[in-house]
Amino acid sequence: MSLVEITGLDVRLDGRPVLDSVDFSISRGEIVTLVGPNGSGKTTLMRAVIGAVTPAAGQIRRKPGLRLGYVPQKLHIDPTLPLTVGRFLSLPVRFSRFETRAALEQAGAEALTDRQMSELSGGQFQRVLLARALLSKPELLILDEATQGLDQPGSAAFYRQIETIRDETGCAVLMVSHELHVVMAASDRVVCLNGHVCCHGTPEHVSSAPEYRALFGTGTGGALALYRHDHDHSHEHGPDCAHDSHETAAE
Amino acid sequence: MSFLDSFLIRAALAGLGVALAAGPLGCFVVWRRMAYFGDATAHAAILGVALSLAFEVPILGGVLLCCLAMAAAVTALTGRGHSSDTILGVAAHSALAFGLVAVSMIPGARVDLSAYLFGDILAVGRGDLAVIWGGGALVLALLWWRWSALLTTTLNADLARASGMDPEREQRYLTFALALVVAVAIKVVGVLLIAALLLIPAAAARPFARTPERMALLAAAVGGLASLGGLRLSFLADTPAGPTIVATAAAIFALAASLSGFRRKVAR
Repeated sequence: MSLVEITGLDVRLDGRPVLDSVDFSISRGEIVTLVGPNGSGKTTLMRAVIGAVTPAAGQIRRKPGLRLGYVPQKLHIDPTLPLTVGRFLSLPVRFSRFETRAALEQAGAEALTDRQMSELSGGQFQRVLLARALLSKPELLILDEATQGLDQPGSAAFYRQIETIRDETGCAVLMVSHELHVVMAASDRVVCLNGHVCCHGTPEHVSSAPEYRALFGTGTGGALALYRHDHDHSHEHGPDCAHDSHETAAE
Repeated sequence: MSFLDSFLIRAALAGLGVALAAGPLGCFVVWRRMAYFGDATAHAAILGVALSLAFEVPILGGVLLCCLAMAAAVTALTGRGHSSDTILGVAAHSALAFGLVAVSMIPGARVDLSAYLFGDILAVGRGDLAVIWGGGALVLALLWWRWSALLTTTLNADLARASGMDPEREQRYLTFALALVVAVAIKVVGVLLIAALLLIPAAAARPFARTPERMALLAAAVGGLASLGGLRLSFLADTPAGPTIVATAAAIFALAASLSGFRRKVAR
């Protein structure tokens, strides 16, 4: 059974259409990555999964009582707010010191419990955010550009950690990223978004799909192509686009 | 004869009651950068006073209503082409101006305006005391009840949503608490200085706290110290009580700031 199932989702922000009849679903234990250019609605789709946007049309169905772990893109903590890592992890639900230490270890951020959040480096901060998301024993872990500000080896290590966590806990993972080649290697399924679903399927399928190439160019140079792709690409996003491979990926 | 017969005891208890509630609530005002919002809400209170006097309804009710209406108006207007900074500035000063005009138009008995602008803590009666401690207790109970949700919402709205909370609802709780503190604090420091009683103790507590809870407790303590110390000073120096309380809080803040600066230098 799907953890989240979205059908025909239309979202408008300030009257501007952001998502247009998007179908999306994610099942237990799956790692799904959203790719797409800036402004393509990735974060909006993610916020729809959390329940933070009101759809103009369409349906968002969540498994009743679904436990979500959310790692936001940025978390600005006002300097006037004193907050230790340990206290942050126990928000909003109190956890024992033993539990928080275990979560920090799982996220690869041991020995940070008594540090102030404001003293952490970018990488440490992201790992603490991950630890907090893990504490609720999530069935679905959501990561929005979680490796922003990490260097290449750092983000590769971060994604390996995510895969390990999936293997250990069996949670599903939904993530957004710009680092296409790194993320795609760690994903079971990729959804390419540009206001609508351009194409989806296994990483191999998507990276060779003409719709994807129209957006990102070819090969590992795709990450660069991101910044000079053509928004006015046209193709049909009908039922013939990659739905077959979706089914093979779900098996 | 009873303990509450002395006007000084009543004044001390009134100051303490407001400070204990304003300290922890003020932390949220600081963390969420709602200082201007607090100002606007407080200034709307003078309009509330005028309307209550005109329609002969209890001042507490009129003030609460005006504060909440102001909060709702500001929230609705924000994000419609003006920065919230501008909206709040416009709202705060217009509310004050309209309030002052409205007070002057009330027929009959002359209204002692300065009592509402700067407070009149020495005139606090038993009934006022009951209102202040009742309102303060309600604010503290609200903060205690919503503490985790309020903190999570303050950190990040989406983080709160992912945990199944409603950030808008938590914001409404805070707004209500703010209106309540303003309404009960008018008698103590007046509408012009209420925001100071929210901000200054929290700011003074910041350098000495490592967790939000610690900061809230310290802010309550600083506020209590400032109101008792300020009352004593105003009695000795024969100065107006409300402003003296705020000045005392400011002195504590200055001391705290220089102390933490000194500590940082030593640590380095």
